[in-house]
Amino acid sequence: MIRLQNLTKRYGKFTAVDGISLEVPRGELFGLLGPNGAGKTTTMRMIAGILRPTGGSIHVGGMDMLARPLEAKARLGFIPDRPFVYDKLTGGEFLRFAAALYGQDGPAVERRIDELLEIFDLGPWKHELTEAYSHGMRQKLIICGALVHRPELIVVDEPMVGLDPKSTRLLKDLFRQFVDRGGTVLMSTHTLEIAEVMCDRIAIVYKGRIAASGTMDQLREQTESAAMSLEDLFLKLTGGPREHHLDAVLGR
Amino acid sequence: MEGTPSQPGIWTLLTPKWRGALARLRQERRGSWGRLLLFSVVGGAFWAAIFGVAFRVLSYIQRVEDIGDLLATKVLGVILLALLSILLLSNIITALSTYFLAKDLDLLVAAPVGGVRLYLAKLTETVVHSSWMVALLALPIFTAYGIVYSGGPLFPLVAVAAFVPYLVMPAVVGVIITMFLVNVFPARRTRELLGLVGLGALVTVVMLLRFMRPERLARPEGFESFVDYLAELRTPTSPMLPSEWTADMIMNWLLRVADPHPIALLWGVGLAAVTLGALVHRWLYHSGFSKAQEGAERKVRRPLRGPLGALLRSMPAAKREFIYKDLRLFFRDNTQWSQLILLAVLLMIYIFNIKSLPIHSGERIPFSLVMIISFLNLGLAGFVLAAVAARFIFPAVSLEGRQMWLLRSSPLDPQAMLWSKYWTGTVPLLVLAMVITTLTNWLLQAGVFMMAVSLGTILLYTLAASALALSFGVFYPQFGTENAAQIPTSFGGVVYMMASLSLLALVIMLEAQPVAQQLRAHHRGEGLGVTPWLLLTGGAVVVILVTATILPLRLSAQRIERMEIASGGVE
Repeated sequence: MIRLQNLTKRYGKFTAVDGISLEVPRGELFGLLGPNGAGKTTTMRMIAGILRPTGGSIHVGGMDMLARPLEAKARLGFIPDRPFVYDKLTGGEFLRFAAALYGQDGPAVERRIDELLEIFDLGPWKHELTEAYSHGMRQKLIICGALVHRPELIVVDEPMVGLDPKSTRLLKDLFRQFVDRGGTVLMSTHTLEIAEVMCDRIAIVYKGRIAASGTMDQLREQTESAAMSLEDLFLKLTGGPREHHLDAVLGR
Repeated sequence: MEGTPSQPGIWTLLTPKWRGALARLRQERRGSWGRLLLFSVVGGAFWAAIFGVAFRVLSYIQRVEDIGDLLATKVLGVILLALLSILLLSNIITALSTYFLAKDLDLLVAAPVGGVRLYLAKLTETVVHSSWMVALLALPIFTAYGIVYSGGPLFPLVAVAAFVPYLVMPAVVGVIITMFLVNVFPARRTRELLGLVGLGALVTVVMLLRFMRPERLARPEGFESFVDYLAELRTPTSPMLPSEWTADMIMNWLLRVADPHPIALLWGVGLAAVTLGALVHRWLYHSGFSKAQEGAERKVRRPLRGPLGALLRSMPAAKREFIYKDLRLFFRDNTQWSQLILLAVLLMIYIFNIKSLPIHSGERIPFSLVMIISFLNLGLAGFVLAAVAARFIFPAVSLEGRQMWLLRSSPLDPQAMLWSKYWTGTVPLLVLAMVITTLTNWLLQAGVFMMAVSLGTILLYTLAASALALSFGVFYPQFGTENAAQIPTSFGGVVYMMASLSLLALVIMLEAQPVAQQLRAHHRGEGLGVTPWLLLTGGAVVVILVTATILPLRLSAQRIERMEIASGGVE
């Protein structure tokens, strides 16, 4: 469903993404992990067609994102890390607008909007301006926006930030069922527990490159770290400190 | 705990602002040379034009016997009064953002920073943000005064000393009004309310200026006697306002009059105002800031469907909903739609002025005057349209701002988005252009030929001015802005105004001579004929205006395709 070949993004002399190649087949939930500034969000935004790569290629459902961006984008739903929506639109109007961007309108879309808002407990807020929504409610609204046109692929950057436990559980179930029905999810997260429980395969990104990728067992094999937790694997691959000298920071 | 921690200086508190400005400047320098060149040429031409007009008018006034100096003082007072009204409005809009809604406030308010320092740092920010454009405009005017009246090498210092308190006082007034309002209304509603209050203030000043009729000063024959005229000149326009004190301080220096009153008033009242502002800040800021974090509007007042829905129903879903979305955002944001009131008032004043021109009062008017007035009308209509485009079309792309991720990740063609924004803004502007041009030419009894020239020119100019406004908005977007009303006064907005006015001047200069020849021939009783010269200049005007429409739209379409959107805005 997603094929990245030698994907590169440079900002001046700084290389944010350094030749990433990756393939995510249909029906898989794939996780991108990495420390802050590793290049995850840049990668996600290139896949969503928001940033243009400096080099390499992106194919979504067989469509080249650079050569045929509109066809490629029609297949995906993107959920960004920060939920910026139009303050002066109501939740219902925002979702109607999001559907229209994918060329969809009419009674079927109206039913879909009601269903989505109901599932995410936003039904009573449908006719209220989003400027009155909390951070979590906005996050749920943009998730609805990514689902409203029934995408084949969901690209989601830090999905759980700002969500309450009930919504987090709902989202986990939703992604799992979406994948079980043939959909594909590419998710970036810092929450290692969520990645470990939810993802079929994981790639650990470090300094713009993929340091390791595969299932949990494959990752352990690659790093020769049998029975290690994902947290320990992550720290081993990304050079995290094993020992913290906190006295210097906290000491008086 | 030991004593209070040492306090950061005001300069330190402003570090993110000036460092940010420097970084933006460096980025600009690294950007294309073409943009820099365009800005230098357009900016230089605009500045030179203001200086040229001010210099010629002042040189003429200075030579008028007995009353020249009085007239020069009066003109400076009226200019500064008009600028003061702009400053007041600008400060009211800016103060709410800088003191209550800015992103850096969480950090600053949570830090152990003293109230006075925070107040002064934010006051500095407010003054700079709201006044830089006025200062830029005043510079060539002051320069002209300095040169015509031989102000000497110390004149720039005197001008700065007179201008700084003039800029600070309306800022303090804006801050004090904001403090009171935020404590009474929730911040988001206050922003809308402030827009209306500011608008009311501006409308009042514009009306006042209108009813003072400063143009009478240019026609002494309209007064009963010369003594009346002199009395009018000697009467201060606004003795209680800093604009008058600044004008007096500058003119006293230029005319070598030793009068300390204006200096004492400017600096004394200025410092007292800053102190009063600090007291109000101490009294009201904390509770106001707390309230500003609350209170968003929840319910929608009026859904937007109806006749427009029927009209747009045949369009594809994406285009139709895009237009709906833009209209909803515009009419639900009081800071946006309320500008229409100002526009209506300005138009009324404009049409009223045209109507009250004494050209059809029975006395014989030279033909050249009718010509000049007709072209002046074309220029003024063009200016109004360029300003309206700056207010409503220039911010169109910036207002997408942080929501651009949605548009760019969807299969919406960026060119279709640009096209939709272009026509949503241009169609109402075209209607406005046609109405004011037809109405004013009819009031001027301009004749069929002049009406046709005006309508044709204004039609093509409106298309070009809209394209330029939208394109400058793409090239100089303000995605991170906290207040939509500030977008047109940004750097890009000013460059757009300069570019569109330069284009207008070029078109009028090209048209003036051949059209005047035709009308003169008609005046002599000869028939209107199409001369090669008329065809050539007409063709040149069409080519220029069509190019000024298509080229910027093409360039901005390419630019928007290449635009990169980081998670918090555009990179």
